[in-house]
Amino acid sequence: MSEKLFIKNGTLVDGSKANIHISDGVITAMDTADGVLNDERVIDAKDCILLPGLVDLHTHLREPGKESAETVLSGSQAAAKGGYVAVSAMANTTPVADNASVVEHVFRLGQKAGLVDVFPIGAVTQGLGGVNLADIGAMANSEAQVRVFSDDGHCVSDALVMRHALEYVKGFNGVIAQHAQEPALTKGSQMNEGIVSSQLGLKGWPAIAEEAIIARDILLADFLQARLHICHVTTAGGVEIIRWAKARGIQVTAEVTPHHLLLTDELARSYDAVYKVNPPLRTERDVMALREALAEGVIDIVATDHAPHGTESKECEWQEAAFGMIGLETALPIVNQTMVQTGLMNWEQVAMRMSKAPARIGQYYQHGRDLEVGSPAHITVMNPTATYRVDRDLVASRSRNTPFHGRELPGIITTTIFDGRVTFERSK
Amino acid sequence: MRHLLSIADLTKSDALSILNTAETLSRASDGPMKKLPTLRGRTIVNLFAEDSTRTRISFEAAAKRLSADVINFSAKGSSLSKGESLKDTAQTLQAMGADAVIIRHSASGAAHTLAQGQWMSGSVINAGDGTHEHPSQALLDAFTIRKHCAHGNDDLTGLRIAIVGDILHSRVARSNVLLLSMLGAHVVLVAPPTLLPIGVESWPVTISYDLDSVIESVDAVIMLRIQIERMTEMYLPSAGEYARFYGLNLDRLARMKTQSIVMHPGPMNRGLEISSESADSARSVIVEQVKNGVSVRMAILYLLLAGNQDLEVSL
Amino acid sequence: MSIALPAPDISRAITRIAHEICERNSGSQLVTLLGIPTRGAHLAQRLAAEIESITGNSVECGTLDITMHRDDLRLRAPRALAPTSIPPLGVEDRHVVLVDDVLFSGRTIRAALDALGEVGRPKTVQLAVLVDRGHRQLPIKADYVGKNLPTSPQQIIKVHLSELDGVDEVLLEEVAG
Ligand SMILES: [Zn+2]
Repeated sequence: MSEKLFIKNGTLVDGSKANIHISDGVITAMDTADGVLNDERVIDAKDCILLPGLVDLHTHLREPGKESAETVLSGSQAAAKGGYVAVSAMANTTPVADNASVVEHVFRLGQKAGLVDVFPIGAVTQGLGGVNLADIGAMANSEAQVRVFSDDGHCVSDALVMRHALEYVKGFNGVIAQHAQEPALTKGSQMNEGIVSSQLGLKGWPAIAEEAIIARDILLADFLQARLHICHVTTAGGVEIIRWAKARGIQVTAEVTPHHLLLTDELARSYDAVYKVNPPLRTERDVMALREALAEGVIDIVATDHAPHGTESKECEWQEAAFGMIGLETALPIVNQTMVQTGLMNWEQVAMRMSKAPARIGQYYQHGRDLEVGSPAHITVMNPTATYRVDRDLVASRSRNTPFHGRELPGIITTTIFDGRVTFERSK
Repeated sequence: MRHLLSIADLTKSDALSILNTAETLSRASDGPMKKLPTLRGRTIVNLFAEDSTRTRISFEAAAKRLSADVINFSAKGSSLSKGESLKDTAQTLQAMGADAVIIRHSASGAAHTLAQGQWMSGSVINAGDGTHEHPSQALLDAFTIRKHCAHGNDDLTGLRIAIVGDILHSRVARSNVLLLSMLGAHVVLVAPPTLLPIGVESWPVTISYDLDSVIESVDAVIMLRIQIERMTEMYLPSAGEYARFYGLNLDRLARMKTQSIVMHPGPMNRGLEISSESADSARSVIVEQVKNGVSVRMAILYLLLAGNQDLEVSL
Repeated sequence: MSIALPAPDISRAITRIAHEICERNSGSQLVTLLGIPTRGAHLAQRLAAEIESITGNSVECGTLDITMHRDDLRLRAPRALAPTSIPPLGVEDRHVVLVDDVLFSGRTIRAALDALGEVGRPKTVQLAVLVDRGHRQLPIKADYVGKNLPTSPQQIIKVHLSELDGVDEVLLEEVAG
């Protein structure tokens, strides 16, 4: 039985003050009076924003297969520390989550950890091979009730395979989350193709390799009347295409990562592989276009693409290094810095982009609800003006590959409440 | 200067001090080649994770003329080619007491990674990293051009230098563009559009797709080696077409200015980017480049290793 | 700081050394002066001019950079090389007179002997210095000395020559504190 909680003196996303009573995993009462009840544990939310618990639609938890980099438990701990109450475990594990037994295994590991809801994402194709469809229906019907399918890490590049995937998931209102990367244009690619790559002699990764797939898949989604989700959009050109599609009423949603909202390819000049990520960091112009698109809603959500890697995968030559960065613990502060403090978004929009919209896309019905009486008690408490310095040696993730090490970030997550329980509380 | 990783890290006065030191050393060695005791007791490791006999033996000759102890990690025998990490190799070299590591590696940035990893305390000298840079080659090219074309000037002000060929994949081109333009030269890159990088418009150069329109006005032309693989990778239709449009043949050689010179970093594909007659002509300083390479590398080793880098530089 | 050797004394010392070199080597036909950069090179040129005015014949004069042969390179910041220029007759079977401004530990001269060994095999090697300040660390002695200047090891000798410094003088500085 979960304990009774009383959050006092918090500020809701609309700016109003609130005191919240929680019992049995549900918000039982909200009032403006500071009236703590018997046997309630008090959480002081003075100076803090109360957000509906954050939902991540793009998380690599590495279990099964690469438990040295992350496990469902350690990833859940990192998520809770970052204010998340639900994550979506990508399918590129070993073995690949392309069948019911793997997704059920991951789902149960998530339940056992009990810190966030872990919603497995199923592979689109067998073994992420891009050729034969995975056991999509079986995964949808499993205990994990998979609704989001993705070969993330790989692009479903074959147009016919993509067509059939988009069509097939319509049967249960599923969605294909595409990692948009034309393979022929990115063979051996190491970083964004442009001025910096020309000088560093690292093989370029053209923006158009991403945009060409986005355009093709949007046309397919339109033709098939299917739902398409574009993972980690990184280019100004991609934003333009999605804006066009949305104006035409095509069922496309899109995500952006926190790192693509802040970092640029200039960082590659250090040859420090912590900045090596797929899709790559782009230019300042792209970063600005992504922020604008997120504010406007052309990009629907922020997703972390949390990608843990062991030190040995990063402490090496750039071209030998693995792609990816961890991001669960820093996502909200970075959105605060890049979107709220810049005046581009208010907290209601943050709640939309980081909780409500991702829950809607993933069909996670117990998540992304307004904080009101009767809602499940998933709450993120953050002090938006306090700052902290990121230290890779103090992360909850098993891996230390954060590109933000040493940066001063605004926004300290003080408490995370999942299902009426405190899953993270910052020590004073 | 503790390391030599990239021309981009050098100031003009750093570059000139290397060239001037090389000049002094090359004059001293006009007589019989004798060993200098300067680096006696210092250990220099040639870490060549990629085959390059000529660069390796040039550095080795330079190090030995300064009496350093030289250890060779060649491509075949090297632990790097067996998948050992750069970090482990660096720690091994540190344990062996290497004062400097000269690294050739197929990965762009490998020298930076080695220098910045804090795995070893010695100097790192980049002897070519992937398609990034080859600073000692650029320095020896600048040295050679200055000797022949600069009319006694310290730098290369007013000279026009063409670099012809596979700019996209050339570390020699990247280092030369930075160095030659820093020294005041006007650099013209001549290549088919497929072999020029996206982003080249940010480089301090002029671009041309037409060798014939450039060849008559240059003081020096640097012909780059073209890899046969570029044809199968669809950068070029055929070797024959490349030679016809971008090769230095007798006809083009005849149209060059009287005092101009022909250069090539080697190894050459005779008959492809350069005809045999051009390579062996009176304009060609290709063999001299090799000789100058030893003097320039002696200068680099001297300036990086002889003094105490923790003290203020007093050049 | 005091002037240990004013300009007229420097000039007299050079004249005297020039005479001594000619006496000892029976004229200057077989003499080759090699100045050690930087100030030794200028002193060698002054000596050459002086010898020419004494004998009426020109004298072989060049420079010998000893940087690459120093044993204290690692104790200092990297330094630029100075040119070595050996006069046309070379050093074989010549009386080579090394010229330097200050003789102190003797290590510079040891390096010079090594550097000279790379060039050839002179009949004799002699040493001329403007100032000998003592405190030798090696068995080296000058053949021609402008002035013996007893010093403590902590003191600093500064030689200024008009070619480089606009004035001829030798200064003796006490180290502060
Ligand atoms: Zn992806």
